[in-house]
Parts: sequence; C-alpha cells; structure tokens
Amino acid sequence: MTHATATADQMRPPFPAEPGAGVYSNKLGMWVFLASDVMFFTALIGSYIVLRFGMTDPWAAPGAVLNVPLTAFNTFLLICSSVSMVKAYAAIADGKKYFLRPVPGKMLRDGGLKLWLLVTIICGAMFVGVQLLEYTKLIGHGFTPAGFREGSQLAEHALADPVRFGAATSGMYGSTFFTMTGFHGFHVTCGVISMLYLYFTKVLPEKYSANDHRGIEVIGLYWHFVDLVWIILFTIVYLI
Amino acid sequence: MTSVAHATPGAHGGGAHHAPMSFWRKYIFSTDHKIIGIQFLFVSLFFLLVGGFLAMQIRWQLGFPGKPMPGGGILPESMVVNGVILPEYYIQLVTMHGTFMVFFAIMPLLVGVYANFLIPLKIGTHDMAFPRINMASFWLALLAGLIMLAGFFVPDGAPRAGWTMYAPLSARPDLSGVTIGQKLWCISIVALGLSSVMGSVNYITTIINHRAPGMTWFRMPLSVWALFITAILAVLALPVLQGAAIMLLFDQTIGTHFFDPIAGGQALLWQHLFWFFGHPEVYILILPAMGMVSDIIANGSRKPIFGYHSMVFAIVGIAFLGWLVWGHHMFMSGMNPTLGSTFMVSTLLIAVPSAIKVFNWLGTMWRGNLRFHVPMMNAIGFVSMFTIGGLSGIFMAATPVDIPLHDTQFIVAHIHYVLFGGSLFALFAAIPYWYPKMFGRMMDERIGKIHFWLTFITYNFTFFPMHIIGMGGQMRRIYDPTVYDFLKPQQPLNVLISISAFALFASQLLFAFNFLWSLKKGKRAPQNPWDDNGLEWSLPNPAPHGNWEQIPNVYRGPYEFSAPEAGNADFLPQYVKLPTDRDPAPAIAPAAGH
Repeated sequence: MTHATATADQMRPPFPAEPGAGVYSNKLGMWVFLASDVMFFTALIGSYIVLRFGMTDPWAAPGAVLNVPLTAFNTFLLICSSVSMVKAYAAIADGKKYFLRPVPGKMLRDGGLKLWLLVTIICGAMFVGVQLLEYTKLIGHGFTPAGFREGSQLAEHALADPVRFGAATSGMYGSTFFTMTGFHGFHVTCGVISMLYLYFTKVLPEKYSANDHRGIEVIGLYWHFVDLVWIILFTIVYLI
Repeated sequence: MTSVAHATPGAHGGGAHHAPMSFWRKYIFSTDHKIIGIQFLFVSLFFLLVGGFLAMQIRWQLGFPGKPMPGGGILPESMVVNGVILPEYYIQLVTMHGTFMVFFAIMPLLVGVYANFLIPLKIGTHDMAFPRINMASFWLALLAGLIMLAGFFVPDGAPRAGWTMYAPLSARPDLSGVTIGQKLWCISIVALGLSSVMGSVNYITTIINHRAPGMTWFRMPLSVWALFITAILAVLALPVLQGAAIMLLFDQTIGTHFFDPIAGGQALLWQHLFWFFGHPEVYILILPAMGMVSDIIANGSRKPIFGYHSMVFAIVGIAFLGWLVWGHHMFMSGMNPTLGSTFMVSTLLIAVPSAIKVFNWLGTMWRGNLRFHVPMMNAIGFVSMFTIGGLSGIFMAATPVDIPLHDTQFIVAHIHYVLFGGSLFALFAAIPYWYPKMFGRMMDERIGKIHFWLTFITYNFTFFPMHIIGMGGQMRRIYDPTVYDFLKPQQPLNVLISISAFALFASQLLFAFNFLWSLKKGKRAPQNPWDDNGLEWSLPNPAPHGNWEQIPNVYRGPYEFSAPEAGNADFLPQYVKLPTDRDPAPAIAPAAGH
C-alpha cells in the first residue's frame, strides 16, 4: 500500500462520519434497558387487562378491598421523590455538591446534591415501607394472591355482598394485584439500593461535578420511569 | 498496512497498554469481549452436546419402541426400566431437548458467542460499552443453564409440558406430576432472560456509540447489522417471556391462577404471551446466522454482496414483521378465525424479505470466483437447507394447510430445517471462519470437508422423511408410534430416521475432534487467512486484549472484493487507505452529563 496523502479535492463531499446517538453510552444503555422494562410491564399489565375483561363477573368495587387513601399518600410520596430527584440533578448540574448552604439575604438555605438525593432515597424507602405495611394488612384481612382466604374477614364480607367485593373474581384480583404491584415494588427497591450505593461511593466523596454527573442522570431516568409506571398502576389497579 | 496508523486517540488506551492479569481475571472473571465470547462458545457447545444426547434417546424410542436402549441401564428406575424408556421420561426428553437447543445451545452460540466476539472487532472498538455487565451476562447464562440441567436430578425429574410449556399442564403440578423441575424451568428462563437483556443492551449501545471513524451505518458488515437487529428483538421479546414465566412460577408457588381456567385464569393467555415472545425468538435464532452467512458467501464468492441495502432492509423487515405473526402458532387453539386470517397474511408476507435474502445470496455466488473452503461449503448448505425450511414454513402459514399438519412431525421437520439446517450450518461455517481470530490456529480443512458432507447427507436423511411421516399423520411427542394402526406402515421410515440420526450424531464427533485437536495442533493461522476485508483481520491472531492500540479508520464498505482499485489483490480491506481516500472526521465523544 502506498502512503501518499489524499490530494485536496474540495468538490468531493466531506467524508461521512457518524458519531453515534449523541449521548454518552451509560445514558443510551439505560434508555435501551427501559425499553426492555416497558415490555416487561406490558406483559404484566396486558395480562391483567385480558384477564379482567375476559371475566363475566365484575371485579371488586374500587376501594372495597384496597385502601385507596393510604396508597394515594404513597403515590404522593413517590411523586415527591421524583421532584427531589430533579432537584438533585439540577443541583449537581450547577456544581452544588454540598448538603445545605446559607444564601446571603435569604432565610432558607440552599440544598445541594447531598440533600436532594437523600430526600429521594428516604421517599423511595418510605414508599416500599408503606407498601409492605399495605401487604401485611391485606393478607391479615384475608386478601392473598390466591383470592380471599376462607374464614377471613374479607371472605365474610364477600359472602354478605358478593357484587361489591367481587366474590367470584377474587382469585384473579389477588393474582394480578400482587404480581403487578409486587414487581413495581421490587423495581423501587432496586432503585433505592442503587441510589444508596451511589450516595456512599460517589455523592458523599464528592466525585460528581457539574462536568460529570452521569450516574445521577442515569439513575434519575430509571427513577422517573418507575414513578411513571406507578401512576399507571395506581390508576388501573386502585382507581378503576 | 501502514495506513492503519491514521487514527484518533482512543478514549482509553487499548492494545498493548493493558497490564498483564492473573489467570482468574484473564480467563474466568474476564471482562474482555473476546474471552466472554469464547466462554460462551465452550458452554453452549456443551449444552449442544447435552441436547444431542437427549435427541438420540428420543430417536431410539421412536425407531425401536419397547427395545432396551444401549447404555440405558445406567439411568435410574424412574426413567428407564430394563433398558426401556418410560413414557414419563420420554416426555422429559422431548421437553428438555427443545429447551436446551433453543435457549442454551443455538441462542448463546449465535448471540452470546458471535455478538460478543464480532461486534467490537468488526466495528473497530476496544471492548463493549459495559464490559462488567457483559461478564455478568455470561455468568448468569451459565447459572441459568445449570439450573435447567438440575431438573433431571430432582425428585419427579425435569418438566413434562413440552418446551412451549402450555398451560394449564405446566401450571398445575397435580396435572403434570412435576413439582420442582417445573419451577426450576421458570427460574432458569427468568435468569436467562435477564442475561440476554444485559447482553443486548451492551450490543445495541456498542454498535450505536462505539463505531470506528468512518464506520457509517451502511458500511457495517451484514453480520453486525443482523446482530444489531437481533439485539433489539431480544431486548423487547425476552422481558415478555420473563413476565410469563414469572406468572407461571407464581401459579405453582404462591397460589395465583393466571393460567388456570377453573379459577378464572386463561390457558390461552400463556400461548399468546409465549408466542408473542416466541416468534421474535425464531428470528433471534436465524438473523445472526443470515448475517454471518452473508459475510462468508461474499468472501467465498470473491464478489461484493448482491444488493447490500436490500439485505439490510430485509433484515429490518423480517424483524418488524416478526412481531405481527405470533398467532400462526395458534391456528388450532380456538382463537378467533378472523384473527387467524390476519396472522396468515402477515406470515406469508415474511416470505418476501426472506426470499430477497435467498436470491441475493444466489446473486452473490452467480459467476463468482468461488472458493470452496469449509466455511463457504457450510454457508451454501445453510442457504439450501434454509430454503427448504422456508418453503415448508409457507405451507404451515396457510391456515387450511396447517389444520391437518398442525402438531405432526411435519412441524418437527420444519423447525429442524430452519434451526439445524439453517442456524447450525451457519455455525459450522462461522466457527472455522473465526476460529483463527479466537485461537490463532486454523481448523483442519480436510476433516472439515468430510464433516460437512457427512453432516449434510445424514442430516437430510434424518429430517426429510419427517415431512412424509408427518403428512402420514404421526403426531409429534407421541411415545410409541407402533400402537396406532394407521402409523404402522410408516415404521420403516422411523427406523431410517433413527439410524440416520445416530449417524448424524456420530458425524459431529468429527467436528468435536477437529475443534479440540486444532486448539493445540492446528496449523498456525496467517494474519488474514481468508483474504477478507473486515476490520478484525487488521489484528494479529489471536487478537490481543483491548484489540487495537489505535482505532483504525474505515474507508469503505466490507464487501470490496475484486475491486479494480485493489490492484493485484482481489480484496480491498476496510482499513486500507488508498491515495484517493479521505480521512474520516474523528469520532466525537458525546459530552458527559448532557
């Protein structure tokens, strides 16, 4: 092969070079993973729709079995955690690595990454805690993945008012409810564990900066996705 | 190859800059994409052998029902009595043969091995985008395989519901008689799905973001295109199977009733979920084979691939249509007949891109300067066998024809023509082709040719008669065809199939010998043994850790064979700079954090 340099020919188009998706690989990888996770929840939610509308008997009325106000509070917690996640991202994008810092002339102090990520972790952990409490209560009342437990409080209610409590459909109700909310809770737990890991290995040692805070953005994408899934689940499982 | 030096400084130093590592870091817990590919190769060849052993036992029972199986005495009483296979064990064999071959042999051989090994080498990068996730993907796949294998060693044995795990048989231990093995199947599939998703996230990200300067989308080899589209299919299809397997597992463990009609569940739901995954899965199992065969046929024909762009669009078209056809597995399930017609039309449409590919391969070979090396022979075997499998696929896509053919040996013949005649022949082409890049030595050419002819002949004697006995009415998965009067006249064909199958299995020993012997004794490979254009051949054999010290520039597409610019050589590698070539703009590293 000769090693001659190319003669300058300005009439030829510039050499095509395609730099990729224009985002860094961690973010692109998270997008692809979230696409995959969408399909996972689609399988669960799609099955729920098919099973629910495939039944001739109606399901339990909203609020008859499930504690809607408690879960509404839990939904509020998760939305708050999404807001604090945005605050955490905005803080580190401005280079605010600190916890709290006084602002001259203002009463409130300014929160940094350390504060807002901690708020997100706490809200997320509280969500999981409330969900566990909800599960314990429901199972105590007799609502299990297999339906209403015989002889339980709910089974008696269902005998008295079979339409309102969906006596004929309690098995499918329990199956879909625990599977969908359980896997969502599992996703939240994974997110909380990942954020805790980042908090101790990257955030407290102040390894993120205004120039490089990829971990925060990537976990933020995941967190908002999990939040969005919950809003869908809350609507279709608890409210309708 | 002086022109290779024109390169941009890599994001992190590759090649010789890597420090020497301990044996464990280098070969066991390796994050190097090439070692991970080789790990996948050994593990999936092992599972291929396991699947083959199961198939031999199935063929013994079908060919010689009621006769003691040679070596059957070593199996426990719960499987074999006086050397005769029990029906309970026979259905386990059928189930696990399908499961192992689809999930743990062909899928990891095509995707685990060649996506890992080829993508960074062919697009010109140091490693995968996420090397540690890649390593986790391999270990999770191995764990999943071992969990699946454990099914044979637990009380009640392996699952008995067939590899498609139709509910409610699979969901109710009281119906199938299997408690633990069935749960292990679900757990293993969930783990395998996670492994597959982790791998595919890696492949997609790497191909989009880590191509060498000048490696534009339409300069990518078709193997990389096929692996890219396959990864997209895997990322979207596997989670659906995971969701379904989790529901099936919950039905058996925590008392849910998703697939149990008595409690209001829907058995048909399982079929919809399984085949919504299952049909894209079929293309996961064939697209990488098509891609690699395209590379090898262009090389063996010494001509540019015929219709490169149409090949790419055919891959994309097959992958897209693959999402719309799952119902053709369920014509007989009681699904709405109108829906059946829709699925029939969408299925017949897939014949169009598939035929484009076959004609393009023929067009590539037409009047080419053919080189009949072992990879080329197996690639031609792929094209011819895939064509037969594709044609029988069109039979079954038509609902009226499928009604009598459904669930017979005709279906078994079809799946083996595309999966063995297709995917496995492509692997017999790909393994010797990239063997020098993996191990620095060539596989023996003469043994390879004997292996090809023996395999090709015994393979056709094994699977072609299955069409005939299938049309004669032999159902698949039946334990003993001789108990049915109308099947008795076909029994000589069953004997012929079984004897051919044993010969086919024995022929694979030649391949195993060639593979293992060449590791140590094979001829040392020259740098570019096949006179190929791919970027991977700019590296020494085997390729060093980190691949290139400096990423090469890419100046043209991968199929410039017999180009006039090449001078005396009949090939023009992608990395060679001619005086008329311009340097590509350096790759732009995406800004961090934005």
